[in-house]
Amino acid sequence: MERTKKIGLIVYILFLMIPIYWLINLSLQPNRDIMGSFSLYPQNLTFDNYRRIFTEAGWARGYLNSLIYVLMNTVISITVALPAAYAFSRYKFIGDKHLFFWLLTNRMAPPAVFLLPFFQLYQTVGIFDMHIAVALAHCLFSIPLAVWILEGFMSGVPKEIDETAYIDGYSFPRFFVFIFIPLIRSGIGVAVFFCFMFSWVELLLARTLTSVDARPISVVMTRSISATGVDWGMLAAAGVLTLIPGALVIYFVRNNLARGFALGRV
Amino acid sequence: MSLVLEGVSKLVEGEHHIYPTDLTLERGTMNVLLGPTLSGKTTLMRIMAGLDVPATGRVLWEGRDVTGMKVQDRKVAMVYQQFINYPSMTVYDNIASPLKLMGVSKSEIDKRVKDAAALMQLTPMLDRRPLELSGGQQQRCALARALVKNAGLVLLDEPLANLDYKLREELRAEIPRIFEESGAIFVYATTEPEEALLLGGNVGTMWEGRITQFGPTPKVYREPCDATTARVFSDPPMNFTRIEKTGDKISFGEGQSAPAQGALAGLADGVYTAGFRPDHLHLSAQGADGLHFQCHLNVTEITGSETFAHLSHGPDHWVGLLHGVQDLTLDAPIEVWLDVAHVYVFDEQGKLVAPAAFAMAA
Repeated sequence: MERTKKIGLIVYILFLMIPIYWLINLSLQPNRDIMGSFSLYPQNLTFDNYRRIFTEAGWARGYLNSLIYVLMNTVISITVALPAAYAFSRYKFIGDKHLFFWLLTNRMAPPAVFLLPFFQLYQTVGIFDMHIAVALAHCLFSIPLAVWILEGFMSGVPKEIDETAYIDGYSFPRFFVFIFIPLIRSGIGVAVFFCFMFSWVELLLARTLTSVDARPISVVMTRSISATGVDWGMLAAAGVLTLIPGALVIYFVRNNLARGFALGRV
Repeated sequence: MSLVLEGVSKLVEGEHHIYPTDLTLERGTMNVLLGPTLSGKTTLMRIMAGLDVPATGRVLWEGRDVTGMKVQDRKVAMVYQQFINYPSMTVYDNIASPLKLMGVSKSEIDKRVKDAAALMQLTPMLDRRPLELSGGQQQRCALARALVKNAGLVLLDEPLANLDYKLREELRAEIPRIFEESGAIFVYATTEPEEALLLGGNVGTMWEGRITQFGPTPKVYREPCDATTARVFSDPPMNFTRIEKTGDKISFGEGQSAPAQGALAGLADGVYTAGFRPDHLHLSAQGADGLHFQCHLNVTEITGSETFAHLSHGPDHWVGLLHGVQDLTLDAPIEVWLDVAHVYVFDEQGKLVAPAAFAMAA
């Protein structure tokens, strides 16, 4: 019984890994081999695809652009969401419950709905094709998510800790930075992860709100389709590279991920 | 140094959590707030600490009005029922944190933290984090942090309620000792009359947002000013029954009567309420002029050294606290004796008109 379970699990994991393995496999072959013959492993192992991505200006720039707006979005979201979540978890004010729920409803609209207003607005105020444009647009979705996740973690911290700190003589900012933030560290990690991932995989807004200077990697990838056909090897290598940041972030929050999916509530 | 509450009240959504209350706590006193849950003990303490602002009234500290003053600027310390420490700091840093904020020198901090830790028997745990400690140690850490400040007002909100029996007894014995060393005003909230008696000092009995009586603990216990206070300050609660005074006789019903002597002699004829504590009910005659009642035994609870007998007597529900393990027949008639010297008499408004002769003699 134990044995069959184990074998079943291994088979399942192998099955899940096939697309990823195949992507890596493709990225390590020249185009000629990819189109030519079927092979389970690279016959002529080459790192040429990766080398070209890192050396050709357009590719590297695309990665950098994506990372810049993703980090901007994450930093803005967390900075804004921390005080907001604290207010929702600690204070009663008129309409607090409605406001809190309204935040979540933002996530229920598909990003495409906001495409036109964002595009027109950003053109008018002159931030079109800047990193901040994409970062701000993504904030519309990542801030509510971060507020919900952080509120859940914060509500798990007893209010008496706040009061004890004030009685001990901590001012609010000092308490918040030195006592409270360490207590919800894992919550912040999870919120960072969700903001990061949303922004990293979001395509539509990112490509509509940029043209040349802030062009994200996903747009650059479409460039590999040229008159001479599709550059499969490059595309696969770029794909592998896009997996890495997400995998890294997941690794750091792996223990708290389940709570994050429950928006911080247990 | 004294803390004075002047007409302090607290309203939450139009409901009185604290009715206008006057209270004066003198320097170097142990003050116990005794009352059931939701009687307003915590709310009153939060007002004393400055965590809540009263709806009306003033809080005076050493004669100065401190109503609405920020908590950070008050010299208070507070310990909660839950074990509240800063989980990300070591025990040492936990205890040192109020001193660091006060700008005390490093060597002085070290000395005071070590003293407090020694007093609380935490010396071997100073490098650990609070969550690695047992419940009792966590609470001792919270107490140490409250004491190290040398605050003039130390508020302890049911600090032992979440501890197991053994630890509670241990810490309860330590608290009066700590209090004596500090010279501060201690306010200690509890739901248990026994705890109030063990701690001594003053007691304020609370009931539904009011302090029904405040005074030296033994005096409040012996002479509760009304039936509510008597009920709060007795565990299990005091038993009550209707009595009638005619001439020089007090009739308890069932043909039981006692001569109206002492304080009772001066009462006007009429209907009163008699109250007596559960431990004054006996299974056998006590003295010559003991009253005896035919009751119905519903339930017994045996704690080991004592037996609680839940009795019905006409419309009244009584509890008898009997010594030792008693083998009684359940759901059967039972005869109990009561010495009239233990009976308190309250008027129809519940005000005490005659304290028990026994309590006054003691």
